[in-house]
Amino acid sequence: MRVVIAEDSVLLREGLTRLLSEAGHEVAAVAGDAEGFLRAVAEHTPDVVVVDVRMPPTFTDEGLRAALLVRDRWPKIGVLVLSQWVEERYATELISGRPHGVGYLLKDRVADVSEFLDALMRVADGGSALDPEVVAQLLARSRHPLGELTPREREVLALMAEGRSNSAIADSLVVGGGAVEKHINNIFTKLGLAPGDRDHRRVLAVLRYLGTG
Amino acid sequence: MFLLRDLVSPRTWLAMTQHLVGLVLGFAAIFIVTFGLGFGFGGLFFALAGLPLLGVTLWLADWFARAERARFAFFTGVRIPAWPAPGAPGRAGFRWGIIPRWRTWTEPATWSEIGYALLRLPVSAVAAGISILAWSVGLIMLLLPTYAWALPQGGPTFGDTTLHGRPVLATSAVLGALLLLAAPQLTRGLATADTALARQLLGPRSDLAARVSELEISRERVVGAAETERRRIERDLHDGAQQRLVALAMELGRAKAKFADDVDAAKELVDQAHAQAKEALTELRNLVRGVHPPVLTERGLDAALSGLAALCPIPVDVHVDVPVRPKSSVEAVAYFMVAEALTNVAKHSRASHAKVVVEGHGYPGTLTVMVSDDGIGGADITSPGLSGLADRVSGVDGRLSVESPSGGPTIIAAVLPCG
Repeated sequence: MRVVIAEDSVLLREGLTRLLSEAGHEVAAVAGDAEGFLRAVAEHTPDVVVVDVRMPPTFTDEGLRAALLVRDRWPKIGVLVLSQWVEERYATELISGRPHGVGYLLKDRVADVSEFLDALMRVADGGSALDPEVVAQLLARSRHPLGELTPREREVLALMAEGRSNSAIADSLVVGGGAVEKHINNIFTKLGLAPGDRDHRRVLAVLRYLGTG
Repeated sequence: MFLLRDLVSPRTWLAMTQHLVGLVLGFAAIFIVTFGLGFGFGGLFFALAGLPLLGVTLWLADWFARAERARFAFFTGVRIPAWPAPGAPGRAGFRWGIIPRWRTWTEPATWSEIGYALLRLPVSAVAAGISILAWSVGLIMLLLPTYAWALPQGGPTFGDTTLHGRPVLATSAVLGALLLLAAPQLTRGLATADTALARQLLGPRSDLAARVSELEISRERVVGAAETERRRIERDLHDGAQQRLVALAMELGRAKAKFADDVDAAKELVDQAHAQAKEALTELRNLVRGVHPPVLTERGLDAALSGLAALCPIPVDVHVDVPVRPKSSVEAVAYFMVAEALTNVAKHSRASHAKVVVEGHGYPGTLTVMVSDDGIGGADITSPGLSGLADRVSGVDGRLSVESPSGGPTIIAAVLPCG
């Protein structure tokens, strides 16, 4: 996988580069600001980009805006946004245009290397990866009542919204694949959503439902 | 009983002294100002020779006003805010040290001070006169029975009639006693009126003065709140992230030492260190969010509050309707108010549900923020958290109200002016 990194902290930039190289990925370019990042993306057309939300010159949301630009101009490139803190609003902005091939994670998640690499792969693959904290915010802020769901179904819904596959959900809840399938069908019926056939499409439906519906 | 106590209370006699001293000062003031202005203006007809005299008079009037403010502070404890001195910033002064500038004559401060100097004597005369009359007539009438026999006609005379007999003397004594009892109130009441007049003439316009003292108080509260907040941050950093980093460094050190002979133990230590590092990150993140959430600056209240609601362990409905973004200081106060209120809800209320409503009205208008819950109530506005919140709200000229009868529900609301 070819990756372009946009991160203004040298320490983290070096760390990410090393982490990705050790995992066998190719870091095509690194940039310290949004402008350099967009140039690098245009030049290398990577499979996936990793972008920090806060970057110079204003240290507000340049990274996020650059990420949105990449998402719109190069639909094939996966966009993983990293941030010191996550906000439901940024997530909604990120997934509202093209809710696949995007991810939004807390920077801390880099510490769990295998999970981080897994999320990066999903995003590059056209899936999605949302931080559990964002999902909690989305659920709290949902425009629709979720009261009909059982606690177990809410757990499954949260994991689905994070972008996890059925088998990953099954692993994390320590249940069988069939049980997960059944929960998901119940959720879709209760929320009045059309059942999707593939993981991605279902995640998409859930995100649309929670974020913008 | 308190009426009797008033007869000898220091306040009564301070008030009397105030009238008498005012009388003496009033004589001097009216003399100086009348002659100064009279000869000064008269002197203008002789090649402007009166101008320096007018300057001296104005200077003396201002000096007198200053002395009077000090006197009122001493006698009554009322601090009258001062005008700027002539020539100080905010007030016109003199040319060549002594000739009043033209603008000096058009300033309200100048005429207030002159007016005060002229009024001091009549006002004090009336006040002192009435007070002394009340005391002395009261005393004379009360004691009438004891000396009536010694009067030339065997009783007090009014024109051709002489008052005789016990009923008359008794009535006189009773009326005298009543008057004596009323005298302290009268003396003090006149002193209060005198002070009010001085305040009106010697201080900046009264609503302005009120505003200044209000601002002084709220500034103090805000400074205090900021100080408390800094201490909290210091404590949180010290107790939280710093300790975790120390533990993390220690575990890594132990792991380093173990690697040579016991790789499994070393691995376990590295695992622990990894967990410590992640905990430290979470703590730092929450701390930063508490200091100032970046999303508040970038996306406004709606986005920031939904983040807060998600952190609350019980379900929170958030309704934000703010058509125009208020200035950032107001947004920050609204945010912290919701944060503090939701923290209280989670800690103390035992509520099952909370609601946050934020609405903007008009432009620049006001922002109303309300946090309610269905818990057990009993929230106390004097508790450190809520009183700190009240301080912050007062810092942007807002008002905070806490309604929390025991048994609930609790409603905390604030109105914040945005202009």
